[in-house]
Amino acid sequence: MWSSRSHGQRIAALTVIGTAIVLPLVVFVLGPNMPPGKGTPVASSQVTDNTVLLVVMTPFTVFILAYLAYALVVFRAPKGEGLVDGAPVRGHFKAQVAWLATTTAAVLFLAIFGTTELLADNGAGGGGGPNPVAKPSGAVFPVQVIAQQWEFTYRYPTYGGVETATLVLPAGREIAFHVTSLDAIHSFWAYQLGVKADANPGVDNVAYVRTKSPSTFQIRCAELCGLWHGYMSDTGRVVSSSDFATWIAARRRQFAPVMNYLPKYAPSYAPDPTFRAG
Amino acid sequence: MKLRRLIGFNLLTAVVLGIVGFYLGWWLGHLVKAPSLDYFDDTGQNDIALFVAYLTGVVGFLVGLGFANYPVQRMLGKPPSLREKETAGIGRYFGLCTDHKVVGLQYLIGIGAFIFIGGLNAMLIRFELLRPTHLAWNGNNYLTLVGLHGTMMMGMMTSGILGPFANYFVPLMIGARRMAFPRIEALTFWLLMAAGTILMTTLAFGGFPTGWTGYAPLSEQSNMGMDAYIAFFALVGLSMTLLGLNMLVTVITMRAPGLSWSRLPIFVWGTVTTSVLMVLAAPVLISTLFMLALDRTAQTSFFNVQAGGSPYLYENLFWIFGHPEVYVLALPGMGIVLEILPVFARKPLWGYRLAVTGMVGIMLLSFLVWQHHLFVSGINGDLRPFYMLSTELISLPTGFIFVCALGTLWAGRIRLTVPMLFALAWIFNFLIGGLSGVFLSDVPSDVTTHGSFFSMAHFHYTIMGGLLFAFFGAVYFWVPKMTGFELSERLGKIHFWVMFIAFNSTFGPLLVIGFLGMPRRVVTYAGYLQGANEWVSISAFVLGASMLVFLVNLVWTQVFVRTPAAANPWGSKSIEFQLPSPVPVHDFDRIPTFGPDPYPYGVIEGTRPVAVPARPTA
Repeated sequence: MWSSRSHGQRIAALTVIGTAIVLPLVVFVLGPNMPPGKGTPVASSQVTDNTVLLVVMTPFTVFILAYLAYALVVFRAPKGEGLVDGAPVRGHFKAQVAWLATTTAAVLFLAIFGTTELLADNGAGGGGGPNPVAKPSGAVFPVQVIAQQWEFTYRYPTYGGVETATLVLPAGREIAFHVTSLDAIHSFWAYQLGVKADANPGVDNVAYVRTKSPSTFQIRCAELCGLWHGYMSDTGRVVSSSDFATWIAARRRQFAPVMNYLPKYAPSYAPDPTFRAG
Repeated sequence: MKLRRLIGFNLLTAVVLGIVGFYLGWWLGHLVKAPSLDYFDDTGQNDIALFVAYLTGVVGFLVGLGFANYPVQRMLGKPPSLREKETAGIGRYFGLCTDHKVVGLQYLIGIGAFIFIGGLNAMLIRFELLRPTHLAWNGNNYLTLVGLHGTMMMGMMTSGILGPFANYFVPLMIGARRMAFPRIEALTFWLLMAAGTILMTTLAFGGFPTGWTGYAPLSEQSNMGMDAYIAFFALVGLSMTLLGLNMLVTVITMRAPGLSWSRLPIFVWGTVTTSVLMVLAAPVLISTLFMLALDRTAQTSFFNVQAGGSPYLYENLFWIFGHPEVYVLALPGMGIVLEILPVFARKPLWGYRLAVTGMVGIMLLSFLVWQHHLFVSGINGDLRPFYMLSTELISLPTGFIFVCALGTLWAGRIRLTVPMLFALAWIFNFLIGGLSGVFLSDVPSDVTTHGSFFSMAHFHYTIMGGLLFAFFGAVYFWVPKMTGFELSERLGKIHFWVMFIAFNSTFGPLLVIGFLGMPRRVVTYAGYLQGANEWVSISAFVLGASMLVFLVNLVWTQVFVRTPAAANPWGSKSIEFQLPSPVPVHDFDRIPTFGPDPYPYGVIEGTRPVAVPARPTA
């Protein structure tokens, strides 16, 4: 039998070797392919965030799996052995302190890192309520997202509050999504943009994101909102500034007659009375 | 069995009185008239009648079982009937019985049946998801399946380990002959059975579309099927509160002489910490659902925006209950695993105090993390760093449990029996569950993963991979002790390997599918995810089939073969294995005394400070 010291050294060696193999894979292969892609700076920093989380987890995971594998191979009772007890080891003060210290360090690092990322990215694309603590410094382009059962519509307050059924955004602008709902709770999830914000009735939930070059992105409702929740999806577009100007002008002409019947643009709207959906 | 036994206070009477009570309440509820309720006449939906019917139905059911006998007889000055204390006959399994061992077995079968229904729902959900477009169920039926699966599992599994195993073994482990409140103990079980039945009646009233969370205002506009959800969860909450109280009082007041807190088996600690969560969290659920029921019936406006209420209130209250609730599901599993590992590693539990600290730490921290479910909801955006920190801090006490589990294996003599396999699988599954949880606790990462299949796969790794694997570990470990008949080791191993591989093959890919952008609870999904979803569905069917292996094992060995189980087949040094199988009705002849060490493995014979084995009653 090996001494307990050599068990420890072997497991430590397995952990180091395993980490040395897995870590580069995580950083260079898995990391760049982490969701939600690099469609916007916010999305890119979520990719970075996911990669950092994976990197911090890797040594712990490798250690636990290496330990388990080692234990199952080396500490197995031989076949046909009767009931033989192992040594009554009841703890190991240094090992416990070392474990506590490393996990605490990892957790505190993750919390601080996450907080910095959250503030640096103006809420990291997540809905931060009506008045988020971190805001972009420059000018923002506001778009209101109105969720209702079971579709999204979009209002452009800087273009006379025109309301459209498709979401088109100008490229290279700092967008402020003002997400609200007319009935149940929905969630506006623009996957490639790295944006998710719940739509609550009576609440203006703001999420910031800076668009990059022209592209398309998927929109889905991410909060169970009733019968046709599964069908509540949409495709949005990021287009160049000139294309956007043409598009919004056309929409304003198209919807000019409707504008008289729309409620005035507001952060949120009085929802319909709650009624039985049947 | 004599036919005369069918008349009296038993399950048959209870079902009859339950149905009578239901229709009586339904009739009474329709007598309620008020101008503000005219609205319901137009829709043909009378929530008041349904709530009253559920209430009177449950009361009828409990009276039929005989729960009213004792208080009524005492009030009338008559000597109480002792029927509930009967010690023999199969009949006591079909009614009110205050033997903690009978209640444990009742729980095992009763909860097992409802969990099986919940599992079937999951199969139907995965069948629909074989195709990215509509396949089998319409939108309403699909959402009802999702809601039934989630609610049934989250409701029933709260007592999935405490119900059968803590009721049966905690009194033995602390050297008591019964629980502190035996009638309440029986009541918790029968309340759960009434609740499960009520939840199934949602099918008769149109189902409910909200999933297990029941978010208002969706739950306020839903039709009458929602009332079944409310009544179910409120009754489950009541059962949880009573179960937790009973466990706490039992462990605090009824420990045998010499059995101090630091000598308790770790499973008892898992039970105690879970019970604290139950007692503190479940009442919040009951009051929240009461408010929701008032909104739906008496037209109050707790969660109604245009009348001054707020859906945020519901979300907050629900998760103040809901997050401790998920640790109600995790902690008993940890207790079971740390109880099983020493037996099959032939080692004392490594770091006993650290494990207890871990459990207590999880218990305390679990009350401070609930808003991580609401990171993108726009509620208290400024508090997100705090909830990120508190959530990530929970991984420290959880890490204690891991390091204690690993330390126990150190230089052990590991025997891979079926319970041990399940305990080791718990370490693997819960590791993945915990690590995926870190993504959800980190706000920037949560923006993508929140509300996606990733979070769904995460909590299946912790609850199914954690709790259910621990549950089966406990079943293979303790059921022969409870019934007196062996389970098949070979079928058990088949069950384990199929379940373990199929489980990971189901939920591992779901983590990826969620990352790729598939939201939870949807009936349609993007076409490029079809291959992955087909793989997951087929794995899920195999996972379902593994449960059939277990059922075959259970029925075959317990009903047909009936090989008597040895008193101590595993060589355990825990007190329950020093008693005969099954444990005699009066547990011990005399109250045992306990030494300082609950896990005296590797200690020299003769100096072993072990529980004095009790002699069986002849």
